[in-house]
Amino acid sequence: MSFPATRLSVVERTRSLDEETRRVAWATIIEAYWKPAYKHLRLKWSLGPDEAADLTQEFFTTTLEKDVVERYDPARARFRTYLRLCLDGFAANARKAERRLKRGGEVTIVPLDFQTAEGEMARHEGSVDADVDEIFYQEWLRALLERSVAELKQFADGSARPIMFDVFARYDLADEGDARPTYADLAHDLGLTAATVTNHLAAMRRQFRQIILTRLRDLTASEEEFESEAARLLGSRR
Amino acid sequence: MNWLSDRAIERLRDAAAWPELDARYVITGVAGRGGMGTVYVARDQLLDREVAVKVLDLADRKGSRVARLTREAHILARLDHPGIVPVHDAGVLPDGRSFYVMKLVRGRRLDEVLAGEAPHALRLDLFMRVLDAVAFAHAHGVVHRDLKPENIMAGAFGEVFVMDWGVAQDGAADAEPAIVGTPGFMPPEQAGAREVDARADIFALGAVLAQVIGREPSPALAAIAAKAHNPEAQARYQTVEQLAADLSRFRNQDRVSAYRESPAEQLLRIYRRYELPILLVLAYVVMRLVLLVWAGV
Repeated sequence: MSFPATRLSVVERTRSLDEETRRVAWATIIEAYWKPAYKHLRLKWSLGPDEAADLTQEFFTTTLEKDVVERYDPARARFRTYLRLCLDGFAANARKAERRLKRGGEVTIVPLDFQTAEGEMARHEGSVDADVDEIFYQEWLRALLERSVAELKQFADGSARPIMFDVFARYDLADEGDARPTYADLAHDLGLTAATVTNHLAAMRRQFRQIILTRLRDLTASEEEFESEAARLLGSRR
Repeated sequence: MNWLSDRAIERLRDAAAWPELDARYVITGVAGRGGMGTVYVARDQLLDREVAVKVLDLADRKGSRVARLTREAHILARLDHPGIVPVHDAGVLPDGRSFYVMKLVRGRRLDEVLAGEAPHALRLDLFMRVLDAVAFAHAHGVVHRDLKPENIMAGAFGEVFVMDWGVAQDGAADAEPAIVGTPGFMPPEQAGAREVDARADIFALGAVLAQVIGREPSPALAAIAAKAHNPEAQARYQTVEQLAADLSRFRNQDRVSAYRESPAEQLLRIYRRYELPILLVLAYVVMRLVLLVWAGV
C-alpha cells in the first residue's frame, strides 16, 4: 500500500464534538510537538531547563484553552510552521511581560519527560546559529521517527516475530560509529539464513514506511501538506 | 525508545525510502538525490553489471509523479544517443512508486569539472558534445527544460551524458503549466509558465557556456554565450545547430555571427588563423630582400 487511507487529521479531530476524539487528537499533537517545542525554547530563546519546561507546559495549555488550532489555516502555512510561530509569539509575550511562568498543570494528557529531553540537549548536534525552522524540523522528525520505531517494534512483537525487529534494529538502527553488519553476519548472529534476513529487513522497512506515512497523514492538515512533508522526509536531504 | 542521533535519523529515512525491487537488482548504495526521486547504485544480477536505478520518493495520490517518472523513462528510451543515458528497464514497485533502470554513468558533474583546472579546449569539447545530445533531443521533439552543469555528467574518456529529463517537454502537447527549471538557467517564457520550444534550452545552454568559458573569455566567445542567453527568444540562436556552428567557427578562428569585430580584431584573427603560412611568406620575403640587397652590394 503506497498511501495511508484518508481520514481526518489530528488538526481536524481537535474540533470534533466527541470529547474522547478531541482528547486523543490533543495527545497526538502534544506527543509529536512537545520535545521540539522544549528544545526550540532552550536553543532559540536561550531559556534555562526549568523555564523552558514551564513555558512548554503553559504553551500547550494555552493552545488547548484558546482555540489556537481552531484558527489554523492550512492555506497559509504548514501546521508545524504555524505551531512554531505560535510558540515564538508565546515566548516573546512571556519575555515581554517578564512574568513568572506558571506551571501548566492541566496538561496531563501525555506525561512530558523534560528530564530526558534535557539529557538529549547535551547530545544535540545542531548549532544555535542554524536555521530555527530547520532545528525545529529536525527535532520534530526525531520525535516522529522515535515513535515510529516504537510502533514498529510493537508490530513485530504483536506478530509474534520479534526477530524481524531485531534484524531491522541491528541493520538500520546500528549505533553511531558502528559499521553496518553484512546480511551474512546478521544471519550468523541471529541463527537465520541470509535470504530470511533479506526478507525480514524488506518486510520491516515496508511496514516502517507505512507507519511513518500514516503518522504523517495524521499530523498534517491537507493532502498537499502531507505529500510535501512525505517527499521531504523520504527524498532530498538538505 | 532510545534517543536517535542525526545519523540514525538519516539511516531510518533511507530505510523508509528503500525500494523493494525485484530480486534481479541488488542495491549497493545511493548515487544521488533529486527533487523527485533517488538514484541508487545496484547490481543487475541477471546481466552481472552495475546499473543505476531511479526511484520515485513518493507515489502521489493523483499519480502525477508516477506518470512523470514513467514519462521520463519513455523519453530516455526513445532518445537513443551516445550523449543521453540509455534506459534498460522500468516498472512500478509494490508500494506504487515508479522506477527505471539505466546505465550507471561514472564520472564527474560538469560543475565539478568546471570548478577544477580543466583546460579551455577540453571544456569547449565537452560543451560541444552537450550540444550534440541536446540537438538530437530537439530533433525528436523533446525540450529538456532543466539544462545546467549539475545535470551534465562528464566521463573519464571525454564522454558526456545529459541527465535528468524529469521535466522535459515531449512535444507541444505535453507542455506543463507549472513553472519548472532552475533560476538563472530558465528563460523568461519558462519562468512565466508559458509553453516553450527548443529556444528555452538554448537560453540554458548560454548560461552553461558562460560557466564553461570562465570569467575572461574572448569577446567573440562571450558574445556567443550572450546571444544564446538573450532573454528575447527571437534574438537567440534559433536552433542548437546554429549555436554549435558559431562555436565551431570560433574554434576555427573564423568570423562568428554573434560578434561584429573591428578591422584590427579581424586582422589579428586572420593572422592567428594563418599564422604559419603568413610567417613563412614573411620569412621568404625577408630572405629575398636580404639576397637582393646582398647581390646589389
